[in-house]
This record gives sequence, structure tokens and C-alpha cells, in this order.
Amino acid sequence: MKQVPASLLTLLAGVMITLISFWVSQHHGLLPEQASAQAPLVDRFFNVMVTIATALFLIVQGAIVWFIIQFRQRAGDETDGVPIEGNFSLEILWTAIPAMIVIGLGIYSVDVYEQMGGLAPTHKHGLIAHQTAALVAAGDTAEPTIEPSPQYGIGAPAAESARAADLVVNVTGLQYAWLFNYPDSNVTTGELHVPLGKAVQLNLSAQDVIHSFWVPQFRLKQDALPGQATVLRFVATKIGTFPVVCAELCGGYHGSMRTQLIVHSPEDYDAWLAENQIAQSSDLQQKIAVTAEQSDAEMLAAYARAIDINAETLTQLHPNSL
Amino acid sequence: MTQVEDFRDVTVTDGSHNSPPKAWKWYDYFTFNIDHKVIGIQYLVTAFVFYLIGGLMAVAIRVELTTPDSDLLDPNLYNAFMTNHGTIMIFLWIVPSAIGGFGNYLIPLMVGARDMAFPRLNAIAFWLNPPAGALLLLSFLFGGSQSGWTAYPPLSLVTANTAQTLWILAIVLVGTSSILGSVNFVITILKLKVPSLRWEQLPLFCWAILATSVLALLSTPVLAAGLVLLLFDINFGTSFFKPEAGGNVVLYQHLFWFYSHPAVYLMILPIFGIMSEVIPVHARKPIFGYKAIAYSSLTICVVGLFVWVHHMFTSGTPPWMRMFFTISTLIVAVPTGVKIFGWVATLWGGKIRFTSAMLFAIGLLSMFVVGGLDGITLGTAPFDLHVHDTYYVVGHFHYVLFGGSVFGIYSGIYHWFPKITGRMTNETLGRIHFALTFVGTHLTFLPMHHLGLQGMPRRVAMYDPQFTTINQLCTVGAFVLAASVIPFTINMIWSWLNGAKAGDNPWNALTLEWTTSSPPLIENWEVLPVVTHGPYDYGMNPQNAGVNNDQTIPVT
Repeated sequence: MKQVPASLLTLLAGVMITLISFWVSQHHGLLPEQASAQAPLVDRFFNVMVTIATALFLIVQGAIVWFIIQFRQRAGDETDGVPIEGNFSLEILWTAIPAMIVIGLGIYSVDVYEQMGGLAPTHKHGLIAHQTAALVAAGDTAEPTIEPSPQYGIGAPAAESARAADLVVNVTGLQYAWLFNYPDSNVTTGELHVPLGKAVQLNLSAQDVIHSFWVPQFRLKQDALPGQATVLRFVATKIGTFPVVCAELCGGYHGSMRTQLIVHSPEDYDAWLAENQIAQSSDLQQKIAVTAEQSDAEMLAAYARAIDINAETLTQLHPNSL
Repeated sequence: MTQVEDFRDVTVTDGSHNSPPKAWKWYDYFTFNIDHKVIGIQYLVTAFVFYLIGGLMAVAIRVELTTPDSDLLDPNLYNAFMTNHGTIMIFLWIVPSAIGGFGNYLIPLMVGARDMAFPRLNAIAFWLNPPAGALLLLSFLFGGSQSGWTAYPPLSLVTANTAQTLWILAIVLVGTSSILGSVNFVITILKLKVPSLRWEQLPLFCWAILATSVLALLSTPVLAAGLVLLLFDINFGTSFFKPEAGGNVVLYQHLFWFYSHPAVYLMILPIFGIMSEVIPVHARKPIFGYKAIAYSSLTICVVGLFVWVHHMFTSGTPPWMRMFFTISTLIVAVPTGVKIFGWVATLWGGKIRFTSAMLFAIGLLSMFVVGGLDGITLGTAPFDLHVHDTYYVVGHFHYVLFGGSVFGIYSGIYHWFPKITGRMTNETLGRIHFALTFVGTHLTFLPMHHLGLQGMPRRVAMYDPQFTTINQLCTVGAFVLAASVIPFTINMIWSWLNGAKAGDNPWNALTLEWTTSSPPLIENWEVLPVVTHGPYDYGMNPQNAGVNNDQTIPVT
């Protein structure tokens, strides 16, 4: 049989590796569903990396397997291999190609990060107060509050940075629960409810130790730090219920620090908000009176009533607090 | 002969100790001995004992994670196991065995020295390790430190204070040990090299240890500083990291990771050095691209100092920092790739002997490709936002530290066991050990990537029931890994006592440690060797092929 030329075999291998890599990147099925505006950006970026990684994986592992079979010691052969000490152009090639790949990935990741809003967590914070004022004019009785302006986290992408978030929620992490306070409507809950398609801004803080707010379906995570405000802005793109997970070790029951994020249609969200405003208006005064002077126990008592946790459960969750 | 005897007389009168015995007795290995080879063995054996302890903790962790609920261990004890598993594996197994064990045993032998530059300092550095381990074990009487090996405040300030204090003291002790050891390595390599060994003939393991030592000297003091501040916050009422008193919790993370990212390179650079020694010998080929591999160690050492914030992309870090450290992190992939490609190319055209040492070296090569590629994905801030602090990270760093470092340590042990003990290991047991370790590693750590991507955070004792099946798969893998240690341990003990005699140079290797007897004499050589060829000149001289490495031409 006539020998197939090496160049043709190489070309064939290259085409195969390319095809397999692209197929794998589109069909790996490793990621959960996408539910935020940022999720498709992250996934597309991940899939590009999967394509490159699969190709490199196949090339290197293929070479290893091929070489260890082809160049195994044959029975009785005690001689040495060919004395090749290096090949300058080959070494330049395999330094330059990875260098170009990582520089390309670096530039791409800056671009993706910008589109996700990562480059502008502090954009136009004055507008939050402006938006609050607009709500007041619309008949809301909430007092406009000046939010601390967090410098860290994920803000709005450049295209939207002039626009204030449609909804601001203050998120507090504590051992082992999340508290969500809607400053514009004085509602406090243990689950996060947001409307579909609206820009939501979370102002994150932590009561005791570091926690980390993560919604896997949103592909977003930001630590809630004691003593340092952080921000996370997103647009939910799918109606449904998603897990909110604490991703930073926060003590023995870290693994149980989970709650839910519920994305409603705007109408359902308004109905939910109205219902909760009425339900919680009775202890309105107490929540406004929250100050830094209070102990955990005092601070939590009001929240405990608000989110319908009895003192016993709370003690289990947070043994030092009551 | 007369020449040889003259030389020995000189060393005895010049030596700072009184006429050393010809060979060490078994009890000498339990004493404050200043022979670098004794110290090397002390490091390796002590580290292996801690590896078993840390491994048992890992098994307990995996058994707990068989079910979604926290039903085997108290969650606080779970966290103590999780914390001390990480701490022991890093600070009392990989670092002391790779740097302390192989470094001490091999560096003087490879550069043609009779001992390390500062033998007493060397012994002190080793003897800081057992008390550090004892402190960690003691901390379990006080609940064990529970804040992860990262010990982030405020959690580390409010959880198990006594145990956390003991933990800090333990880490400061091993950190001090690491600094003392590093000074010793740098001076030994720079000053005690035999004159006939040219720089471009220095074995790549020595370049790797040189880069490692420089990195340890630059970064370890920063960790010590951070931990001492933490110690003061816990015990003496300071508030460096107490937010309610004006402290800054993110400052600690910077201090911690400024050391602890380079610590990853402390754990892998010596292993890269072992790879560069093992692969040419068993493939019977010169190393491909000696200079590229040597320089890439130094490049990793330098660039590795500027990537630490990639552990903090979701913390209190500004956007420019997240972007800068994304790019610097990606750049580290280039010199690492150069090494991988160099080793793969070394295989090409070789006559590969599938010894146990070579099996683990090839296994490492294959594992490290996985760990390196998923590491690149983690280094990019946009994707890291999703997978930071998840099982994806756990999968990644176990591929690097188990599939990388531990495979490398195994490979090194099989390769140098004949030199250290004078006896060969059992190849059948070695192959069983390799097969179990290879399968167990993939089974335990590959599925973890999927867990993390799907939404399982790390360091949890209880998890969402949807992840049960994959977690059980990981637990099965952990049992395979636990079982893999059994043939290894039997092999080591049995071979040390009854293995076939190895001779001076069973692998026909060309580096200097193979020119002396096995085990080597107390001061390494009767007559210092003269280097007549490069460390990897396999196949260079056709009539020398397969002939023993003969470099002991007496000094005239």
C-alpha cells in the first residue's frame, strides 16, 4: 500500500481536532441554565476557552500517547535514543503560539468583563438618589436614603451606565442567612424577589463574617464584606426560582446558607411588593430605627418577625445572637 | 588507594565534627543529625506520615459528603478536618517532601558537594517541622482551626480562638523552616558547586530548587507578617483585620495570597525539577530545550509573584486590579507550557522504559495538562466570577497538587529509592500503585469540575441533593486513592529490607548523584567527582551507550 504523505495526515488531524473542539464547546452541557443578561456573555467566553482547551488537550495528550507507544523500549534494546537536545524554531513556535492565545484571551476577557459591567461598579451613583426621589413623587412614602457608594463589584455596562438601576435592594449576609431589604418600599424578606428584565442593583454588606452572594444561573458572584460596601448589578432574563448560595466559608453551617431568588413578571412583582408592604407596615418604625449600636440579637428580632422565623430557629442558625 | 585515604584524613581533621562513623545506625535518623542525606530522609518520612494523617481527614470529608445532609461529622469538626487536611497536605507533606526531602538529599549530591552550606541550620530547619505538626494535632483538643487553610478574618477571629492560635504558630514554624532551608539551598548551589560543573551543566532540578528558594525567600515573610497580625488580633486586642474597629478584612487576603499563590509554585517547581531528571533517564534522551526549561523556572518565579489577586476576583478588589491580574495570570501559562512541550518532545525518539518512576512522570504530564487548562479558565475574571469558591476550583487544584505534585513525589521516590537505600523497589507493586492512583485521581477530581459549574460551593458539609450522585462518585474515587497508598507503603518497607541490590547506578543515569555508592558514603564521595559530560548526554557517545556513568576520575 502506498504511504500517505505526512503533510496530508497532519492536515487531516488538524481538521479533526478543530471539528471535535468546536463540537465539544457547543455540546459539553456543563453549565446550568442562563437566567441573567450576563450569563450568555460568560458562557460564550467559557465556550471559546473550552474550544481552545479541547484542541490543546487533544494535541498534547495525543502526542503523549503516540510517543509512549511509538518510542517504547523494544525487547533486548539497551541503547539510548536519538541525541536531540532541542530545536530553536520549534521552541520559539510553542512559546509564541501560547503567548498569542493568552494575550488574545486576556483582551477578550477585558471586553467581556466590560460588557458585564465589571469595569464600572461606581458609575453614576447620584442617580440612585434621583430615582428614589422619583419614586417619592409617585406617591411612595419612603424617605430618600443616600446609599454608600461601593467601589467594588459589578456595575452596569458602559452602554447603560448613565441609567440608574430600576430596583435597589440592600443585601445583608449573616451567619447563616441572607436578608433582603427594599429601601424604596420598606419591605424586608429572606428571599430575593426581582422583576424580569429590570436592572437590579444589590448593595451588599455583611453583619459578622465574609459571605459571598452567588446565583449560579446568573453566573455572578460578589463577596459581602463586613465594613466594606460592594455592589452587584444584573438584569434577570428568565422567570423562575433560582438558588442563592453563599460561596465564602462562613462557619459550620456555611453549606446551609442558601435561599432563593424569585424572578417575577413585572406585574407579579408589583403584586408581590404591594402585598408585602401591607403585611410589614405595622413594624415599620422598628426597621427604620435600626442602628449600628444594636447588638445582633436586637437587630435580628425585628427581622425575625418580618421574615417569619421564630426565635428558636434563629437561635439554631445564629447561636450567639439571642 | 593511597590518594583516597589521604583525602579522607584531610576531611576528618578539617571537619567540624569528630570523626564521623562510616554509616549511620537506624537511631541516628531520630536525632539532630547534620548530614544532608539523613535530613532529607527525615523530611521525606515525616512528610509521608503527615500525608497519611491528611489523607485520613480527606476520607472522612468524602464520607461525610456521600449524603447531602451533615450526618457523620459535626459541621464544626468537618470544617476542622477540611482546614487541617489542606494545611497538612500543603505545609507538612508537599512542601517539606518536595523541597526539604528531595532538595536536601539531592542538591549536594548533584552539585558535587559534601554537604549543604550550613548543615546545622539545615537540621534546625527540619526539626521545626515535627513541633509544627504536633501543634496542629494539639489544636484538635481545642476544636481544631475551622476557618479554612486561608484563615480569612473575621471568621478566623471569631472561631475556635485557641485552635486558630496554635494553627498560626504551626504555620509560622514551617514558614521559618522554609526560609532557613531556602537560604541554605541558594548558598549551596551558588558556592559549593564543584568547579568542573559548568552552569549550563547544572541539573535542571538544581535550577528548579534555586527558583523555588528565591520565591520562598521573597514571599514567606509576607505570610508570616499577615499571620502575626492575625495572632495579635485574636490574642492581644489589636484590630488590623477587625472591621468594627476600623480594620480591613481584604488587607489580610492580600498579605495571605502574596505568599500563598507563590506557594503553589513552591509546591510545583521542585516537582518540575524532578520531572526534568526522571524523563531523560528513563526515555534515554537528552532533555529537550535545557535552557528553555531552566529559564522557564526563573520566569515562573518572577511572574508568579504578580498574580496573587486572581484569588480575590470576587472580593473587595477594584476593576483595574481584576483585569491586571487576569492578564498576569494568563502569562504564567506560557513558561509552564514551554516545560510541558519540552518534556513531551523529550519522549520523542526515546527508548522509553516504563519503570514505576517513568509511569508516574508520564501520568503527571497527562494530569498537569488538565490542571493547567482548567487553571487558565479560572485565571480569567469574567469566568472566575461564576466558579470562584466552588468545586471547580477544588477539582483544579487537586489536579495540580495531586496529579502534579504528589505524582511527582512518587516518581522521585521510585527514581531515587535505589540511591537512597541501595535497593530496588518492586515493579509489580509500583505498577499496581500507579494504576490505582491514576484511576483514583480522575475519578475523584474530574467530576468535581462539573459540580462547581452546576452550582456547588466548596467547603460545605451539606449540599443541595441534586449533587448527590456525582459526590458519591468522588467518594468512590477517594477510596481508590486511599487504597493506592497500601501497595506503595508495602513496597517501600519490603524493598528497603529485602529489595534486590541496586548497585551504584541502576538506571545508567548521568547526573553526579549516581557516581557514588548506593547508599552514598557519609560525606558523599571518597574523592570528589570531576564532571566530564553534561547531565543529559544520553545517546551522545555511541560507545558509552548503556555503560555506567563514570565520572569519578580522581583529582590530580
